[in-house]
Amino acid sequence: MAQVKLDAVRKVYPNGYQAVVPTSFQIEDGEFVVLVGPSGCGKSTLLRMIAGLEDITEGTLSIGGHAVNDVDPADRDIAMVFQNYALYPHMTVRKNIGYGLKNRKVPAAEIEAKVQEAAKMLNLTEYLDRKPSQLSGGQRQRVAMGRAVVRDPKLFLFDEPLSNLDAKLRNQMRIEIKALQRRLGVTSVYVTHDQVEAMTMADRIIVLNEGKIEQIGTPSEIYHNPASTFVASFMGAPPMNLIRAQIEDGQVKINGGTELMAVPAGWDSGEITLGVRPEDAVLDHSGAVPFEISIVEELGAHRLLHGEMAGQPFTVHVSKEVDIQPGQTRLTLNPSTLSLFDAESGKTL
Amino acid sequence: MKRAGFTTRWLPILLLLPQLLIIFVFFYWPAGHALHSSFFLQDPFGFGSTFVGLDNYRDLAGNKEYMRIARFTLLFTLLVTFFSLAFALLLAVKADNVLRGAKTYRTLLMWVYAIAPPVAGFIGLIMFDQSWGPLTRFLQSIGWDFTLGVNFRDTATAMVIVSVWKQVPVNFIFFLSGLQSIPRSVREAAMIDNRSAAGRFWDVTFPLLAPTGFFLLITNITYSLFETFGTIDVLVKGEPGNNPMTLVYKVYVDGFRGNDLGGSSAQSVVLMVLVLALTIFQFRLVERRIHYT
Repeated sequence: MAQVKLDAVRKVYPNGYQAVVPTSFQIEDGEFVVLVGPSGCGKSTLLRMIAGLEDITEGTLSIGGHAVNDVDPADRDIAMVFQNYALYPHMTVRKNIGYGLKNRKVPAAEIEAKVQEAAKMLNLTEYLDRKPSQLSGGQRQRVAMGRAVVRDPKLFLFDEPLSNLDAKLRNQMRIEIKALQRRLGVTSVYVTHDQVEAMTMADRIIVLNEGKIEQIGTPSEIYHNPASTFVASFMGAPPMNLIRAQIEDGQVKINGGTELMAVPAGWDSGEITLGVRPEDAVLDHSGAVPFEISIVEELGAHRLLHGEMAGQPFTVHVSKEVDIQPGQTRLTLNPSTLSLFDAESGKTL
Repeated sequence: MKRAGFTTRWLPILLLLPQLLIIFVFFYWPAGHALHSSFFLQDPFGFGSTFVGLDNYRDLAGNKEYMRIARFTLLFTLLVTFFSLAFALLLAVKADNVLRGAKTYRTLLMWVYAIAPPVAGFIGLIMFDQSWGPLTRFLQSIGWDFTLGVNFRDTATAMVIVSVWKQVPVNFIFFLSGLQSIPRSVREAAMIDNRSAAGRFWDVTFPLLAPTGFFLLITNITYSLFETFGTIDVLVKGEPGNNPMTLVYKVYVDGFRGNDLGGSSAQSVVLMVLVLALTIFQFRLVERRIHYT
């Protein structure tokens, strides 16, 4: 088991493109950290640098207290699960799982025992003699997992491992991977663009955008206290409502009208961006804020009301018990649930 | 799978006709002709022919020189196929690792592909020229008195070298595209599983290249047997004498120099059977065994 530490790690490609600006963070022993962000945000590059598949332009990467910048991928004691599984097509499942052990001079009997154990854990025992082409997507995914766990490495790296699975299988594998990581207690770094995976699996989430870290925090911190409008809109489905508002006379107002909340003394007046989670807006006929519903989206367990508030698009999440038709209504916004962002930089105030 | 049908019976036949016609004119007809004349003894001046049954074939089986040439052809084919494939694979693996200027490098390596076999033979003739050929001089400088067209071994060596040189680019192109079709992540997974680059090559890359490799094995055997004709013809300057030759060249020498059309036809029928066997081997054994996806 090991701690992973990045100290001002930077990646610049030979064509001059800076994929990752100098980035520092630390992953604790046994922690499950998810790197999340839109495509091209540098999350895979970061992971590949940790794996050793990509050179580190500047900075220091340490695994378990040792700088590993110039250590071969095979010598970093890591295991990686790839998006397309990257199984060896010409080898049986047994050989796929055992290949890494064989090259580390583990005795054949021990390899067989470990492969059997991993196969049992992943329900692959009856498929050990098959080739990857004879397996379903979920089974291939399990073989890729088996290849990782059998080595008992210091660190697991996952590169969007569930992207190629259908939605149902993805939910199931999500839970299996998380449970497996808990059981083995191996430090893990998991890359995804899916915010649901990030929220459900992570001990801590690192949100990346354009090669920079936007925020590091627990899923709950990220969700409830987003550090920027980017994080606020990226995490959560539907995303946080972001609307233009003003600070005037120590009060947050929408369109110079309704007073929503008081701000601490000494804050400058001016334009801000107000963030409201769809489930934090409460339908209330006597509420302070008018809301015009144009579409009711039926989702079974709950409903999403899409409409306009003060001329800006706004979504409200209500439970299935609330029966409502499109039209004019009012909302109450609880001051403690509101997020305020700088209108220019998007950073939280 | 859904089968699309033709509404009339004549349209498909009409569409196939041009291709069938070409195959007929350039293969079935001459092949039939060769088979027919292999049962006859032709008058050298073309005045007539006598039916001799299987005599031409019996002559071949008992002919020491024919057997000697067959053995040489076997050796020649083995050497040319092995070295063409080995050099091409080495170059492809190296070229695959090149990032900067990769395109220029690859184009330069493929260039020889555009050269016709007789031209390749002619270049070989220049390189191995007895008085001023640069390769001859080089070999002389290391103590090998190389005499193309005089010494059997030297001529055979030149034939192999030129034939390999001519074939490497074709194999290179196929190997390179084969290498590039191996998913990057599979090779990266191997990098994590195996420290040794050579180990990764033999355990992962090489088996995944096997389909390409087997295809090239068959085409290279065919190349060595048949398509080296032009190269050989130029190198031995039409003076076969004691020079080495392959079975295909012998067909030409006996038929058009020796005017023994019957015997030459029998030889070409033997070669035809050989090609047939190779083709069947390729389709049956190889294509069935090596399939991954």
